[in-house]
Amino acid sequence: MKIGIPRALAYYAYYPFLETFFEKLGFDVVVSDKTTKEIMDLGIEDAITDACVPIKLFHGHVRNLKDRVDYVLVPRLVKIKHDATFCPKFLGLPDMLSCSIPQFKNMLEVRVDLKRGRLDLFMLCMKFAKKFKKSFFKAYNAYLKALLSFKNYTHQFLQGGIPPLGIVGQKKNSPICLAVLGYPYMLYDPYLSLDLIKKLINMGVYVVTPEMLREKDKQKQASKLKKTLFWTFSNEVIRSAYCLFENQNVDGIIHVTAFGCGPDFIVDKLMEIDAKKYEMPYLTITLDEQTGQEGLNTRLEAFVDMLKIKKAKKEAAMA
Amino acid sequence: MRKVSFPYMGTSYIPFERLLTAFGNEVVVPPRPTEETISYGTKYAPEFACYPFKIVLGTYIQVLEAGADTLVSSGGVGPCRAGLYTTLQEKILKDLGYEFEMITLEPPGRHLRDLIDNIKKLINDRLSLKDYISIGRFAWKQLVLLDKAERLSHKMRPLEVKRGDTTQTYKKCVELIAGAKKYSDLREIEREVELLYDAIEKKDYDPIKIGIVGEIYVLLEPSSNLEIEEMLGELGVYVERSMFLSEYTISNAVMDLFHIAGDRDAKKMAAPYFKEMCGGHGRESVGNSVLFAKRGFDGIIQLSPFTCIPEIVAKSILPKVCKEHGLGFLTISLDEQTGKEGLRTRLEAFVDLLMAKRKKAESFRVKSQYVKEMA
Repeated sequence: MKIGIPRALAYYAYYPFLETFFEKLGFDVVVSDKTTKEIMDLGIEDAITDACVPIKLFHGHVRNLKDRVDYVLVPRLVKIKHDATFCPKFLGLPDMLSCSIPQFKNMLEVRVDLKRGRLDLFMLCMKFAKKFKKSFFKAYNAYLKALLSFKNYTHQFLQGGIPPLGIVGQKKNSPICLAVLGYPYMLYDPYLSLDLIKKLINMGVYVVTPEMLREKDKQKQASKLKKTLFWTFSNEVIRSAYCLFENQNVDGIIHVTAFGCGPDFIVDKLMEIDAKKYEMPYLTITLDEQTGQEGLNTRLEAFVDMLKIKKAKKEAAMA
Repeated sequence: MRKVSFPYMGTSYIPFERLLTAFGNEVVVPPRPTEETISYGTKYAPEFACYPFKIVLGTYIQVLEAGADTLVSSGGVGPCRAGLYTTLQEKILKDLGYEFEMITLEPPGRHLRDLIDNIKKLINDRLSLKDYISIGRFAWKQLVLLDKAERLSHKMRPLEVKRGDTTQTYKKCVELIAGAKKYSDLREIEREVELLYDAIEKKDYDPIKIGIVGEIYVLLEPSSNLEIEEMLGELGVYVERSMFLSEYTISNAVMDLFHIAGDRDAKKMAAPYFKEMCGGHGRESVGNSVLFAKRGFDGIIQLSPFTCIPEIVAKSILPKVCKEHGLGFLTISLDEQTGKEGLRTRLEAFVDLLMAKRKKAESFRVKSQYVKEMA
């Protein structure tokens, strides 16, 4: 049986788990093609105009998949961590898809609500296996393998690699170290982010993304905000930012956000105000389906050059 | 003495002012949002902030300039962004150099102790239990009456013979209610409001009926929705809004205390299309549209601030819902750039379409009746 996973949204955050789990269960896993202009156009056709680009892309990836698989996996992410939920668009995603995409009959909706953490994840996986009449031991084995592969994936990040982009390690002696903050589905989709991370690496920058910071350190920053944000991915981003502000181990921060992204207007402004307080250079890059390569290149080059000059001046003053 | 202020939303400032004054605060009454308010808001708010955020931020700047030192607003548990408004607004305003205290009233279900502590901060007079009851009763009655006057105005406006009568009557009613001193006054005013509306000269016909659903702030605050209800009424349309503040307070503050989900009908109706709570009023918008359809309405208008997340989810579901129930559907995104005349043109076209649709349905009914009689 063929199960399709759209290469969009939560895929980028959790794909090692998903892919391994379904493969070990004995499914044929088909991931939709890498984002191209055609997929983007398909998405724009179906999704409503007000939606943000990542949501439009999800529509496009579903269209790309739906005729060549038995089921298309559409997760309804409710809770992954106890302290936050997800953006309403994630919560209503299956409902939106079933109304916007014509002739979409093979949607496999999976509601992910992990209030109690690991235990709920285990139950969810078992329930899924039971639905497709897979044996308990096979399912248990698949679950363990999936966890292992996810652990391996997070470990690679901590070593300075960016596995979704195929970057194994970065040169430690780069002159400039920049944090690129944003949601996984923005940063790790090379088409959507216009290959921003690789561009920076080619300019000789050491890139840090939220996944590269230790979970413990991020959790420590949770009390910095008067009220915890409601959205899991946004919490990751803002806590990473506070981590970096405090340790001052990067030269600047680039925040990558989608045009019309709901949660980001709060996240972005909070970071902007605090970046000023901690004297951290800060750049916001807003992307949508119409952002041009050249405009982005110019902005990145200018930002990096500015930081280089700043650093050189500082070193001169020290000497 | 604290100088307290709060966001402006429809006529709700009247009971709020009364309530806060009775608790021994000096109240800086927020001004009705104008161009100036919105220009302050858009200047200091992030670009993609939703429209209510900008209006409320602008209002805060105006009241802080007028001398307020405490701001009271509501919180929320998300995932709608409105629950985080105060967090960000406080940060923006403090960054601009204003000094004040922000008091956020969270819903009682999860944060009862916080809520009580916050309300205590606002009570500066020693009051007996009897006082509390009478103050509460008075403010509540005022709120209910204001909603009633507004509801009646929606009903009467399409039927008025002389254009503008209803709007004037409504203004008079609001003044009367705002001027009331005692609870017994309000009872008398209730009767008077009904009489005033009865006195309007009316035509007798069956107007087109449109239900309005959407996000609470743009529904309740006429300056943010460009007085859409008045505009539609003057086009001869009966408008009904899915939400009024008094009902909202019951379903979200009182019911929440006992952990009962408010607005049950709407949620039940939305269930087949909308399976998950997604914050804001997205699900209520869908559910209320179904309810309107069941009551024989001709069309639905959805109002939403630009980039409002729950309403975007609702927006992608609503066309299907309206198609299944044979309703006309128009969605309007509001922000500081929306122009009144453009909106009027869209509304006129929408109403014309609904009228044509109704006529077609009627002629079809007559025809089929005719065919039956012939047979």
